[in-house]
Amino acid sequence: MKNVNIKINGMDFEVPSNYTVLEACKKANIDIPTLCYLKEINETGACRMCVVEVEGARSLQASCVLKVREGMNVKTNTKRVINSRTTTLELLLANHNKDCLKCNRNGKCELQDLSERFHIRDIYFDSFEKRTPHYDDSSVSIVRDQSKCILCGRCVSACQKVAGMGILTYINRGFEAVVGTGFNYKLEEAGCIYCGQCINVCPVGALKEKSHIDQVWDAINNPNVHVVVQTAPAVRASIGEEFGLEMGTRATGKMVAAIKRLGVDKVFDTNFAADLTIMEEGYELLDRIQNNGVLPMLTSCSPGWIRLIEQYYPEFIHNLSSCKSPHQMFGAIIKSYYAEKANIDPKDIFVVSVMPCSAKKSEMNRDEMEVNGLRDVDAVLTTREISNIIREAGIRFNELEDEEFDNPLGEYSGAGVIFGATGGVMEAALRTVADILENKDLDDFEYNNVRGIEGIKEASIELGGKTVNIAVAHGGENAKKLMDMIKSGEKEYHFVEIMGCSGGCVNGGGQPYVKASIRNSGVDIRLARAKALYEEDEIKQVRKSHQNKQIQLLYKEFLEKPNSHKSHELLHTHYKKQEIFPIS
Amino acid sequence: MQIYRSHVLICGGTGCTSSKSLLIKDEMISELKRLGIHNEVQVVMTGCFGLCEQGPIMIVYPEGTFYSKVKISDVKRIAEEHLLKGRIVKDLLYYEALEDEIVKSVEEVDFYSKQMRIALSNCGVIDPENIDEYIAFDGYQALIKALTEMNPEQVIDELKISGLRGRGGAGFPTGLKWEFAASYKDDEKYVCCNADEGDPGAFMDRSILEGTPHSVLEAMTIAGYATGANKGYIYVRAEYPIAVSRLEIAIKQAKEYGLLGDNILDTGFDFDIEIRLGAGAFVCGEETALIESIEGKRGMPRTKPPFPAEKGIWGKPTLINNVETFANIPAIILKGGKWFSSIGIPDSKGTKVFALGGKITNTGLVEIPMGTTLRQVIYDIGGGCPDNKKFKAVQTGGPSGGCLTSEHLDTPIGYDNLVKLGSMMGSGGMIVMDEDNCMVDIARYFLDFTCDESCGKCTPCREGTKRLKELLDRICTGKGTLEDLSRLEELAYYIQDNSLCNLGQSAPNPVISTLKHFRDEYLAHVIDKKCPTGVCKDLLQYFITDRCLGCGSCARVCPKDCITPTGEIISEKTGKRRFVIDNSKCIKCGACIQACPPKVSAIVRQ
Repeated sequence: MKNVNIKINGMDFEVPSNYTVLEACKKANIDIPTLCYLKEINETGACRMCVVEVEGARSLQASCVLKVREGMNVKTNTKRVINSRTTTLELLLANHNKDCLKCNRNGKCELQDLSERFHIRDIYFDSFEKRTPHYDDSSVSIVRDQSKCILCGRCVSACQKVAGMGILTYINRGFEAVVGTGFNYKLEEAGCIYCGQCINVCPVGALKEKSHIDQVWDAINNPNVHVVVQTAPAVRASIGEEFGLEMGTRATGKMVAAIKRLGVDKVFDTNFAADLTIMEEGYELLDRIQNNGVLPMLTSCSPGWIRLIEQYYPEFIHNLSSCKSPHQMFGAIIKSYYAEKANIDPKDIFVVSVMPCSAKKSEMNRDEMEVNGLRDVDAVLTTREISNIIREAGIRFNELEDEEFDNPLGEYSGAGVIFGATGGVMEAALRTVADILENKDLDDFEYNNVRGIEGIKEASIELGGKTVNIAVAHGGENAKKLMDMIKSGEKEYHFVEIMGCSGGCVNGGGQPYVKASIRNSGVDIRLARAKALYEEDEIKQVRKSHQNKQIQLLYKEFLEKPNSHKSHELLHTHYKKQEIFPIS
Repeated sequence: MQIYRSHVLICGGTGCTSSKSLLIKDEMISELKRLGIHNEVQVVMTGCFGLCEQGPIMIVYPEGTFYSKVKISDVKRIAEEHLLKGRIVKDLLYYEALEDEIVKSVEEVDFYSKQMRIALSNCGVIDPENIDEYIAFDGYQALIKALTEMNPEQVIDELKISGLRGRGGAGFPTGLKWEFAASYKDDEKYVCCNADEGDPGAFMDRSILEGTPHSVLEAMTIAGYATGANKGYIYVRAEYPIAVSRLEIAIKQAKEYGLLGDNILDTGFDFDIEIRLGAGAFVCGEETALIESIEGKRGMPRTKPPFPAEKGIWGKPTLINNVETFANIPAIILKGGKWFSSIGIPDSKGTKVFALGGKITNTGLVEIPMGTTLRQVIYDIGGGCPDNKKFKAVQTGGPSGGCLTSEHLDTPIGYDNLVKLGSMMGSGGMIVMDEDNCMVDIARYFLDFTCDESCGKCTPCREGTKRLKELLDRICTGKGTLEDLSRLEELAYYIQDNSLCNLGQSAPNPVISTLKHFRDEYLAHVIDKKCPTGVCKDLLQYFITDRCLGCGSCARVCPKDCITPTGEIISEKTGKRRFVIDNSKCIKCGACIQACPPKVSAIVRQ
């Protein structure tokens, strides 16, 4: 890439010719404010926060989308520029519900940051008309609050380009424009998969998960309730960010210590259930391959993906593994096996799942997710919510010594940990299935060709003398691409892993907010967090699910064998077609 | 070929059609049959004549007799008297076509004699649904010349020599635009005709499409040849059904004649045209929003660069020109760029079509050479303000343009001249205002339009135009403060400087130009709480003077019961009292003024 010479505020700089003015200024250590800009996702130049003066241009230019040119003369801090940015902010704030003290983004809001940076003290148009507020909490996962929306379009682009779904769009025009769904249907009915990528990119409090914090505090404070918390693999890879630790820091021990200090009764690891899932799913796959079952078998751990297939590919419902997702399995085991062992009435147990996911909130509410009238899981907290609770309780997260999960359901293999990254479930399953077919403890069990963030990964693997074709996809767009190829017959596989979120659970819709300034700096959130999981896998003694001693004990004492009658009762489920845009 | 002694041209444009001109045409045909002269007189449905105010229009050739406001019941007389007996029906003539008992032909009346028609040359002359008539008027000669005698560079050079600038608004040099589009190489390229005419009151594009659709097809095909594109799109509003249907007919006929489609005129050049209907969003006239809409997305502008010439429809190099721009091109190719550049003034060549509207006698379409002064257009062609009212301002460039005053009337019309004065050419709207118009109210009216039509994408346009409008609302209703006025001005310049596309950048123009030329009117609203023209109802107050005889007519009609008798007895004999209006309750409906006996006229409005 050749370089060009440009002038910024009178100083000379040499920058690569593919840079935008925004990037060039950053290189010159000038931080131009942005709101709508998300590199490669939302490059629309719409909010006009990033305007700069360019010599020769009649009007101010949006630096986020303007490429540098040889000899360009840019000014970033003239009175004209500063006044414009301030006016833009004032206009946005005048039409924004400023209940900042009560907002879930208080202290983490990009608009608030800018308001502080430009020391907004007076908003002339504050008493003028406001957009008609619209508050949609009809969904069990995602809450939308139009009164906070600043129309930056980041959610619209994320839904389109990150999630590949295109559920959110602009409706109406001008001042009346809002972000909404087709025909203004509720999210529930508009084809949304609840992946929550929109929440992750929202700069303000216009999008959030439906909170379960109150229910959890109530349970903790009720002496008659036995509160069991389980944490998903991807949470440990990201929770540190909530407390100022560097992205990709593995905070398993601190997380356990913090949750224990909330006054819950037990803290277990969903990884245990991930191992259990591998046992059930692995044997289900073997059964399908050996007995001419429906193939390809599709994984069923991601509730976003389940909503996608139920709405868009209902004809493939029988291809889905009948396994519940790990935390649902775990809920069922806690309220049966664990209750029995600990001699607690399962009715008194309250299971809290700490998840990186917004769709899990919808999953736990599915009719099928109960056994004998007892809900598998009673509350789902996102990584953000558990962090809020920890802060609320005044626990000094960073100062905590590492602590271990409780037993007897706290042990897990490395295979369970990597569930949180795309390709992880596939790799974990292959580790177990290969051993079973070869009938030995194979040394070569790292499947690097299913790791990484390539959209669709494929491999053919020799297992017990048979070639097994596998594929891995993540994010709605890749999922749809892969399903279309399977549908048309272009591709034939035995086993396919699909995750609703791009990058898998590490990039789930319940994960810590990452400010646009960090997202735009070139860091890949998916890779940084996944690294923490693969590290934990590497240091684990046991790295294959079937070698987890407590899993072996669970089968011996309770379930008998994978896919047993009891397993099916507790750990398996079924799916059904969901109507999109139903006409009532 | 059948030879006729007379031709009856009846306008089939949208305006005249809505006044039943097609029924008039049918009636004429049956009358001619009844009289047995249907083989001697041909009836032709044409495109728009431009003087829509006077429609339905009927012209009889060879005399050029100009009948206006023709009714179905008039047809019998015209057929019997004029066409059978050769006696012109004088009382049905356009009022200006009869001076001192001398009948003037259509070419001689002021409205037409002062115009110069290039883009509109076929409108009102040929039957737009008959390709043979277009060909008879040199149609497709330019395409033949371009394809067989010129290479693409020569075509572009000719355009550059002509000095033609885009007629859609911005006035970018057309030849240069073609050159840019030609310079980007790609396996797919497009030519696009922007027929998303959106300015309120402007209808030149519609008239061209309705009156001479082949001109546009021919020019687009030439553009395809010059820029290396094989596919064209015409983006036209669905509210233009006649234009759409004539385009469809024209495309079909051109294909049948081998003038469109594969291997045009056996030259090996392929070019196809597809029509895309727009749903009527004003912003879709902005070229990048138009592209989004063609691609099936919501019409919202993209940032530029990249310009459409580099990345346009489906991300491919695309040339986009407006209808009127295209309509000039066959003549330029045929007669030469030099000929075209001999018309007009240095920075603006050729002619421009304007849609005259507002407080003007001759509402309609006029095509004039660049350099004609505003005064000539408004007075000589347009006939000035009706009812001898005093001219106050003219708004050029549609809702995004600015208002000019009487001191600007002698400005020669041209792109740069209008911009210098704070207005613009735009697509050619020209709205005249007289002494009765309140300029603050006018600014509010235009803001209301752009505010409604903002797509909502960028902050300055979405939020800013709304606040401008609210500020104007405050001022017009007497709630405005001096601080509001200074905010209004600041915000207007901010929106101009910060908006993403031209809609937002030009939306404040009506505010800026009226503030510049009519600041005293703003101050009257803000400081004196008075609207000098009486347009802003909220600033009016009604009073009953001592002329009141106490009849009570006003009190009986007042819908708010805010007129009551005072203690002041007017006549000892009758004991009648003078009435008074409680202005805190008055809604300024004016019913009391109507009710007050004219001889008394005791109620005044200030």
